[in-house]
Amino acid sequence: MSVRVYDLAHARAGDKGNTSNISVIAYDDSGWQVLQRELTPSVVLAHFAHLTPGPVHRYELPQLRALNFVIENALGGGVTRSLAIDPHGKSLSALMLTITLPGHNERPPTTQPLPSPPPSPKV
Amino acid sequence: MARDKIRIGCGAGFADDRIPPGVEIVERGELDYLAMECLAERTIARETLDRAKDPTKGYTPVLLERMEAIMPPALWRGVKIVTNMGAANPMGAARVVRKHAPDWGCGDHTCAVVLGDDVADLMRAHPELPLMEDGAPLESLLPRMASANAYLGADVVAQALATGADLVITGRVADPALFLGPMLHAFGWSYDDYPKLANGTLAGHLLECSGQLTGGCFADPGRKEVPDLAGLGYPIADVWADGRVEIAKTPGSGGRLDIATCTEQLLYEMHDPSAYITPDCVLDVSAVTFRQINEDRVAFSGARGKPRTPTYKVVVGYFDGYMGAGEMGFAGINALARARLGIGVVQERLRRRGLTYQEMRTDLIGMNSLHGNDLNQCPEPYEVRLRIAARTPDRKAAEAVGAEVRSLHMQGPSGAGGGVNFGARQILAVKSVLIPREWVKPEIVPEVGGERAA
Repeated sequence: MSVRVYDLAHARAGDKGNTSNISVIAYDDSGWQVLQRELTPSVVLAHFAHLTPGPVHRYELPQLRALNFVIENALGGGVTRSLAIDPHGKSLSALMLTITLPGHNERPPTTQPLPSPPPSPKV
Repeated sequence: MARDKIRIGCGAGFADDRIPPGVEIVERGELDYLAMECLAERTIARETLDRAKDPTKGYTPVLLERMEAIMPPALWRGVKIVTNMGAANPMGAARVVRKHAPDWGCGDHTCAVVLGDDVADLMRAHPELPLMEDGAPLESLLPRMASANAYLGADVVAQALATGADLVITGRVADPALFLGPMLHAFGWSYDDYPKLANGTLAGHLLECSGQLTGGCFADPGRKEVPDLAGLGYPIADVWADGRVEIAKTPGSGGRLDIATCTEQLLYEMHDPSAYITPDCVLDVSAVTFRQINEDRVAFSGARGKPRTPTYKVVVGYFDGYMGAGEMGFAGINALARARLGIGVVQERLRRRGLTYQEMRTDLIGMNSLHGNDLNQCPEPYEVRLRIAARTPDRKAAEAVGAEVRSLHMQGPSGAGGGVNFGARQILAVKSVLIPREWVKPEIVPEVGGERAA
């Protein structure tokens, strides 16, 4: 059975330049298992593909049951020059929560290692 | 004087933040320090333009209104104020506060000003610096540059407090530094004490957006409830000399402070959680945990710090043409088709006037304006609002956008209502460069009302 990210997690979006970062924080351990397994950078990029070509980076904070997605080129050229009605992309947390994932028992837990995160962007 | 514990509150998280919650924590929070963060990335560019028009201006426009409310209760209780509302003119801010403070019963206050973040001259001298965004040389922006400010660190805030000032006014400093500065001052932490710097920087990062830590930006009725959101209390931090931090809000204030709100704010505007670069340290929050102490209090642990980088980040504000925009509403049967006709009519009228735009964006508010949804996947709404926005170097062309949208009232499709012409505004965009620390010469200047004395 599929499940919405909304049903598993809460989220907040922030901005820096033309990059949006969206945290996704699971309400409980079972939700965390699903998010960690299924909410991959490619799933997120596919959901945001009409807004950005990417790339999307994912960082894990398992002790907080939190994922941090860094979505580049998502803010219409940057907060200060974007023509968008929401140049900061504050509302994009709600877009993240509309993603639908395969549910708890649909796939066996993956044993494959996650792709390594990219080198730290210089801020 | 060595102290064991200090309490710092956040009285503002952006320039136009609400004023009463800051007053509330001054009056009821038993604070030692109140920090107010009022500079977004580009606001200082606008204020640099204000200063160019009038050398006494260039500080945050809401400065006096905020100070009139905050200074009397703060000075009465001995709460020191730290704020970046100096923006492009910290000394001008200090002087205008000095001028009005007697009317508020605060005429004998002491003030220290932090100068030196304005590095526009350095930018002109170094056109070869590569922009962080795209690697292109800074040179291309220089003819259009409006401002250039380095993000200073907490050391200058601590030095300003060391003068004994009741009020510290800065221009651009890193947001967490407004909070770390009082800690460095009170405890004498050194720049190689990374665990303490990390905790202090994280406390500042959590607090600097005011109510976003205490239940703002969080409520989702039926899913995530926030008690008395209308009475949202702003956050305070208890910091001990050994680096321990607890976050709190005043008992009985509205809002919510718990692991969920703290986790959301922890990751707010953060990219790699193991390398959050500030002028004071490189903060690693990847192992941070929170612990609920009581209803209004949370502790954190696990923050780690690495040495500060040898560079300062500079944000360069530059002119990027004009943006014009307008909106018009439609409702009832066939509302969507009428709105779409309206968009086509405005675009055609602009085209026939010979006006061209670098970029034009059309939105149907109620359908695709925030998330860019595919209209074919959206159910037709009862009402919809068209919005057209465009960017151009030509002010008149920008003004035409909203004017043509608004004229749909009379020369557009049937039943066009609620039109708005947002006019044209000058776009101040930003890009960044890194410069060696030693190029920047911050200065701490006491402001003692010398102009009046002279």
